[in-house]
Amino acid sequence: MAEPAVPAVPAVSVRNLHKRFSGLEVLKGISLDAHEGDVISILGASGSGKSTLLRCINLLEIPEQGEIAIDGETIGLRTRGDGRREPIDRTQVDRMRTQLGMVFQNFNLWSHMTVIENVIEAPVHVQRRPRADALREGEALLAKVGIAEKRDAYPAHLSGGQQQRAAIARALAMRPRVLLFDEPTSALDPELVGEVLRVMVALAAEGRTMLVVTHEMAFAREVSNRVIFLNQGVIEEQGTPADVFDAPKSDRLRQFLSSQPRR
Amino acid sequence: MDFNFLGGTIVQLLGGVPLLLQLAAFSIIAGAPFAVLLALARLSGNPLFDWPARGYVFVFRGTPLLVQIFLIYYGLGQFPDIRESLAWPFLRQPYWCAMLALTLNTAAYSSEIIRSGILSVPFGQIEAARACGMSRGLVFRRIVVPQGLRVALPAYGNEIILMTRATALASVITLMEVTGIASKIVAETFRAIEVFVCAGAIYLAINFAISRGIALLERRLSPQLRDPARPPALAKLAH
Repeated sequence: MAEPAVPAVPAVSVRNLHKRFSGLEVLKGISLDAHEGDVISILGASGSGKSTLLRCINLLEIPEQGEIAIDGETIGLRTRGDGRREPIDRTQVDRMRTQLGMVFQNFNLWSHMTVIENVIEAPVHVQRRPRADALREGEALLAKVGIAEKRDAYPAHLSGGQQQRAAIARALAMRPRVLLFDEPTSALDPELVGEVLRVMVALAAEGRTMLVVTHEMAFAREVSNRVIFLNQGVIEEQGTPADVFDAPKSDRLRQFLSSQPRR
Repeated sequence: MDFNFLGGTIVQLLGGVPLLLQLAAFSIIAGAPFAVLLALARLSGNPLFDWPARGYVFVFRGTPLLVQIFLIYYGLGQFPDIRESLAWPFLRQPYWCAMLALTLNTAAYSSEIIRSGILSVPFGQIEAARACGMSRGLVFRRIVVPQGLRVALPAYGNEIILMTRATALASVITLMEVTGIASKIVAETFRAIEVFVCAGAIYLAINFAISRGIALLERRLSPQLRDPARPPALAKLAH
């Protein structure tokens, strides 16, 4: 795989990740590096562990084994008496999470806040930036995702596509190093998928570092520079979109690709 | 109808309103932080906190408030330790016994209301807050409390009204709040219906004011539900 000269320190580095849910091993030793500007699509059948992988990166799930480093800084985990792990220092985790903007399948906007309040919440209350600055930047972000006029609307009054774009603006507002997308278009009506994908394409074009769990094959093929195919908790195949889509090596990937609807 | 008697009775009964309001306000205000602690203990997932809180709620919800008042008023003095403690100057007075009983009682009920409010907040929203780097305290303060409060408010308003009425029980341990004064007037005049109708009207007026206050607060706390374009909740069910 010929890659251009990369910076020495990956923005996200995952080593030998293992995650179990009540006995079922969902991740069985995953390693991956995302460098500055990478757009990595993570594909796989449902249950392959792709969402769990993403959720382990910002520690919404705590892996039983393995290391996660953001910009070279490893997140400290220790093993408790009952064998599960926990962060050594929660403030380190909280700080790292502001570097990882997360976009969820179900948007998860805070329903008691308006769109702009959602967007400035973390900058003002977590990062302690001046409110006026956060507002100015938040408004610019809303304009960028195309919902400037929904500034003072509550999430319940927005369409799914608008909610997801607001959620993307909320993630961007923290000025994160990396964006994590967990099936961002899977909960949307088909006619609303395009407006969210367009925003994501624009972000990729800006050179943002993105990890995207998705079922959108066209996005994976055309926008990402690397595609990872997860199967039963391991990385079955990875490479450029051309490698993965046009020359799949494993039977599992061939089966998976042939089961995807053409768009 | 003897308007002179009714008027005079109302004036006498109004003399009990300050005590009534003190009992209700004190027990609700003092009970609230205790209720929050109980709710957090229930939600902690730690059996060391959870089970004592469960036991407390079970006992105070499962026994009549009147019995609790009697136990505190007549019962506490049986224990020499309590008679010699610093709390005795308070606990020997019916006033503080009633306060204590009402506070302990409302804490049990309110803790369940608060617990349901906290549980009503969608988990995805809490997760989104954590993913933004919010600490646990910040998530609680910024995301859980504002939404949980809104959900708990109707039930909590009920509890406030219940407590206001429950203050009437304080009359059985000699406190001269509205019901106590009413009983005294009845004993002197044998005009039970007129006197208790007057007393009932006073409770009604106080609770009317409280329920309006709660409704106002509810409206203030839920701007996201206040949309002129949205029909009332029941109208949606009709479609």
